[in-house]
Amino acid sequence: MKVLVMMSGGVDSSVAAALLQDDGHETVGVTLKLWGGESDSGCCSISDVDDARRVADRLGIDHHTFNFGDDFTEHVVGPYAQDHAAGRTPNPCIECNRHIKFDAVYERARVLGFDAVATGHHAQIVELADGSRRVGRGADPAKDQSYVLHMLDQERLGRTLLPIGGMHKSEVREHAARLGLRTASKPDSQDVCFITKTQGRGSFLENRIELTPAEVVDTDGQPVGSVPAVELVTLGQRKGLGSAGGAAPRYVVDIDRTTSTVTVGSRADLLVSEQPADDWQWSVDSVDHEVLVQTSAHGGPRPATIVVSPGDPGLATIVWSTPQRRVAPGQSLVAYVGDTVVGGGMASR
Amino acid sequence: MTDAYLDHAASTPVRPEAVAAMTPLLGSSFGNPSGSHHWAREARRLLDDARDQVADALGVSPSEVVFTSGGTEADNTAVMGVVAARGGRALCSAVEHSAVLEPVKATGGVFAPVDGAGRLDLDALAGLLTANPDITLVSAMTANNETGAVQDLSQVADVVRSQAPKALLHTDAVAAAPWIDLAPVSDAVDLLTVSAHKLGGPKGIGALVVRTGTKITPLVRGGGQEQERRSGTPNVMGAVGFAAALSACVANRDQTVARTEALRHRLIDGLVAAAPDAVVVSPPSATDRTAGTVLVCFPGIEREALLFLLDQAGLGASWGSSCASGASEPSHVLAAMGVPSHVSRGALRLSLGWSSTDADVDAALAAVPAAVNQLRGGDPVPAGAPEVGAIR
Repeated sequence: MKVLVMMSGGVDSSVAAALLQDDGHETVGVTLKLWGGESDSGCCSISDVDDARRVADRLGIDHHTFNFGDDFTEHVVGPYAQDHAAGRTPNPCIECNRHIKFDAVYERARVLGFDAVATGHHAQIVELADGSRRVGRGADPAKDQSYVLHMLDQERLGRTLLPIGGMHKSEVREHAARLGLRTASKPDSQDVCFITKTQGRGSFLENRIELTPAEVVDTDGQPVGSVPAVELVTLGQRKGLGSAGGAAPRYVVDIDRTTSTVTVGSRADLLVSEQPADDWQWSVDSVDHEVLVQTSAHGGPRPATIVVSPGDPGLATIVWSTPQRRVAPGQSLVAYVGDTVVGGGMASR
Repeated sequence: MTDAYLDHAASTPVRPEAVAAMTPLLGSSFGNPSGSHHWAREARRLLDDARDQVADALGVSPSEVVFTSGGTEADNTAVMGVVAARGGRALCSAVEHSAVLEPVKATGGVFAPVDGAGRLDLDALAGLLTANPDITLVSAMTANNETGAVQDLSQVADVVRSQAPKALLHTDAVAAAPWIDLAPVSDAVDLLTVSAHKLGGPKGIGALVVRTGTKITPLVRGGGQEQERRSGTPNVMGAVGFAAALSACVANRDQTVARTEALRHRLIDGLVAAAPDAVVVSPPSATDRTAGTVLVCFPGIEREALLFLLDQAGLGASWGSSCASGASEPSHVLAAMGVPSHVSRGALRLSLGWSSTDADVDAALAAVPAAVNQLRGGDPVPAGAPEVGAIR
């Protein structure tokens, strides 16, 4: 097949490219220029592009750089700021997968005559007996990224390859070292690519949205402190609430944007038996028996059943088998059967 | 797949005359021209001969030629060197190469608008010079690197001399040098930049012409070479290759231009016939542009996707401007000319040079329409690229 592999300049996508090449695919590497502002990897991420290009040179495959900066600003960075303004806690990596890697780039690859796109995600594509496909967990539980790929539909799953999904991270690094790839021991990227460690989320957002100070109260309404920006507060947050420690840990249990009030309470105050979600989408068929629902990239999945609204299949209620902490609005909720994604949506209020 | 190179404006093949002239410098002729023995004297003679040749080709005197590491250093030396020597700020046209734009920006400079053809708006220039009496340097390129549009520097000089008599005038003639007699341009300006690799010389060598009486503060300080205007052991081999290439370029210019004009017309006619909505940005009249550069936009097409397909078909082309990561950047030149962004997003620069052939144009006329057609939802298999895109 003719495969366009997205090479970030990290070890995972380097090895993904190498494996595609080994499998005899006609492989072309592409690095995406998404963000022109400051980042921890330097302006334009030039050093990452260099790494990707040098790995491609080493493998003997063509390498290109595509500028999807406008799409990234429109679909990822802008909504990231607006979501914070609206009191949600967005996951920009998921939006980047949804709108950039598996939409804009996917579409360009199709137009350019590629049969498939590939990435270095730690996830697998599972083909069922009926020919349908699902996103499955990566073989390395500590690195599994099936959560951030839950939105892939049948068409995309049929034209996507995840070559390293069956490997442990240590195997990926060993493979890279064996091939002499310069990215073999490059540290994993961690945080949001357009937020720098030194500047942080706060200063990034303060240049884009208005930040509002808020009062922090307990569940009885008694003031216990204040925070400089209600937009930076997340449901379930424990740190940085402006109230001195000492007593039992306090969690954010409610954020009222209209009155700029943050309510803190005990862990028990966060527990709910039902979690509403919107944008719900089943991978193929709806599942009415108990599933496992994961509420963050590396959180443990918990048993629940999914009840979708009869009037609107995009509205769902996660009915937890045992009460769970409320999920911050904007975070993704991904349902699994075993290690396989069966559906997903976004936490709402 | 046929290899066809249509990116001569990015860099053109090294001319055989330059290769022949440089070869001895990879061997026995290795001396440092600043020494006092026969090895040094030989190097000095080679460097001085090169300087004489370059000066002759540009219509200036040898003492006015300062060898630099290339066009970017020459542009920086002109802008920063004049502002450092005379104070004030610099002004340039909005369509300058980044080698001028960035240093001008660093002086807190002023940018002058251009017309739809990419030439300085002379009335606006006059107004800006009157409104900003602290402008000590004006920079306006002779020919634009993206579109090939040519500016009449004598007209610019008239405005600068009358509105800002104390300001100096610099021109970046890098894109013009392969095609245009620069002697009249040199006469109109105080400083002029040329680069060797655009006209068949090696990379890493260029020159700043500093007209007699023009004071600049050096950018690169050290041993005082190049008459205290650019320190560092001279790149003798580069200068020799540069001089040989420039001499060959000047000697063959009329023929090269005539041949290139014919190729260019066939290229444009073929592209427009195949894609009637194509927008040819480069000016039509031969006096308003260089012979080699053709900038054409295909509305609704993404230039990155277009270049990708052309590369796969073995065609070397460009979109005109890139950032260091290799990604395409929106063209500030086309934006300043008022080209709408949905048009400029589909920009393709096809540039011809001294070694271009009919076969190159044939290849472009096969590959470009096929790629445009594919990107507009036609046949997913580009013509001339068997098996590419085939589903197996």
